[in-house]
Amino acid sequence: MDENEDVYLLGEDIIDPYGGAFKVSKGLSTRYPERVIPTPISEACLTGFVTGMAIRGLRPILEIMFGDFITLCTDQIVNSASKFSWMYNGQVKVPIVIRTPMGGRRGYGATHSQSLEALFLNVPGLTMVAPSHFHDPGSLLQNAVLIMDNPVLFIENKSLYSRQLITSECAENANTLESIKITSVANKLFPTVTYNVDLNAHSDVTLIVYGGMAPLGVEAAKALYFEEEIAVEVIIPSLVKPSPILDILPSIKKTGKAVIAEEGVRNAGWGAMLASEIYESVYEWIDKPIKRIGAEEVPMPCSKALEEEVLPQISDIKDAIIDLIIN
Amino acid sequence: MNTKESPMFDDEGREQLYYKICLIRRFEERLLELFSEGQLMGTTHAYIGQEANAVAVIGHLDENDIVVSNHRCHGHYIEYTGDLTGLMAEVMGKSDGVCAGRGGSQHLCNGNFYTNGVLGSTVPIAAGMAYAEKIKATDAITVLFMGDGAFGEGIVYEAFNLISLLRLPILIVIENNHYAQTTPIKVNLAGGLLERAKAFNLKAGEIDSYDVEELYDRFNTIIKEVRKSKSPHVEIIHTHRICAHSKGDDCRSLEEIEIAKSCDPMSIIGKRISDLRIKEIEHKVCQIIDEAESKARAMDFPNIAED
Repeated sequence: MDENEDVYLLGEDIIDPYGGAFKVSKGLSTRYPERVIPTPISEACLTGFVTGMAIRGLRPILEIMFGDFITLCTDQIVNSASKFSWMYNGQVKVPIVIRTPMGGRRGYGATHSQSLEALFLNVPGLTMVAPSHFHDPGSLLQNAVLIMDNPVLFIENKSLYSRQLITSECAENANTLESIKITSVANKLFPTVTYNVDLNAHSDVTLIVYGGMAPLGVEAAKALYFEEEIAVEVIIPSLVKPSPILDILPSIKKTGKAVIAEEGVRNAGWGAMLASEIYESVYEWIDKPIKRIGAEEVPMPCSKALEEEVLPQISDIKDAIIDLIIN
Repeated sequence: MNTKESPMFDDEGREQLYYKICLIRRFEERLLELFSEGQLMGTTHAYIGQEANAVAVIGHLDENDIVVSNHRCHGHYIEYTGDLTGLMAEVMGKSDGVCAGRGGSQHLCNGNFYTNGVLGSTVPIAAGMAYAEKIKATDAITVLFMGDGAFGEGIVYEAFNLISLLRLPILIVIENNHYAQTTPIKVNLAGGLLERAKAFNLKAGEIDSYDVEELYDRFNTIIKEVRKSKSPHVEIIHTHRICAHSKGDDCRSLEEIEIAKSCDPMSIIGKRISDLRIKEIEHKVCQIIDEAESKARAMDFPNIAED
């Protein structure tokens, strides 16, 4: 908001002292009182509203309180915001960023815990970005807001809000052999992080995760290395859509084995998209069928015990990888 | 001969109004003709019977003002841009159409003119545009054209709420032609349109007229006020669509269609102009439309460009 005075923030309950349901907006309304706008609970209208603002030259950010409510925004995202630039033959741009927290593991239940990215995977004109704990969310958001000229759905996983950011400096300072590499072939603005437990080990399997699944992927990789001596190369894109496949293929060629783990429902999810693309591109490099892990196709239960059964856990990732290696 | 006194128009002025209505009328008729001959693909939603509304409202706008319209947008488009060739070419799907054939009849953009095809979806977009102009402190106003049918959509009420709360410089023109496609308004909407606007503390009015001079005069006052106050106004025009909703989907009784025809704005203003002048105007309009059609026919079809 400092860099460009056309940047506006709209959302429910974002004004200080509350500063938003997850406190991400805290302090902003005090610092930029003219540009932080509290709104009624009207997700559909607000999505159209920021679309109109953007067409007329502003760069608005819309905070949707829970990612589950993105369904209310859907018509405006699909039939207005993502279409105008192409449909009008490039006469307008629609630089909007819709930020929203997705994800469960907090017992919030069916309408406050979902990861709905898969619903938007093939909407023409839409970009989806999801930082992990390895991606500086501020710089990703900056790129989305200041550089992208068409709609971005910026997915913040709730479980990451309280986590610390891990940079490659952290890896260097940690006195371990962990390595964090950054590539951005798929998209310069939204890079992919490659994590290895041991930079010297020859990778056996590729694990592909994003957003809130990244910490689970890394824990699984560490456990497998020390318990089973299996070296997992964890590929963590920040770009969810369009497909970050270009940042993933080099690892597949190295290992020939892949597991994709997402928090959203497994059926017809992000993993299904990526797996098809991997088979299409590098079929001759693949040794075993690709494994996909995701949530059960059932509404998110509230009870902790049930939620744990529905959502993918570290053990699910480990089991899948061990199965790939042994069988 | 009915010679209604109007403070605004002399004979030449009235002829201009007739010309503008005639241009839209004959263009829409030409499109429907081309469709029925199988020369055009897709769909269209003609503005026949409602032409006076576009002329009366847009006559007070300049090229900095924003117009947002809907699927029934050709009248608004022609009056705002004068671009018959581009519109004809767009409906023909040609590469030099308004949107290079990508948008078609109901997805148009030209300068500050925008339309989209999902009813109600344009209301928050127009609101966001008005808000941007308010922030940028331009003097532009935003004019949104809606129909009665759109009032089934919830997003309309969300947007009315926000428009009122934020006091946006927007004029919302509701063309109540009493039908949402084939469904009459009394089957669709409980309560009144005016009451809906007033429920949100929006300044609102209505006019039941097919007389373009009367409408022009009314909107002169309204638009001056919106410009001065930079706050919202909702005006309902009770009107009639003489044609089908799109093509061949007119389920009204002959009686109802006759009522619509008896309110033809073109006849009403036509009664104040000499038959000779009418003949001359019709001839000129026909020439203009012929020219637009032949220019559009000569254009190429587009290819999908690599992004």
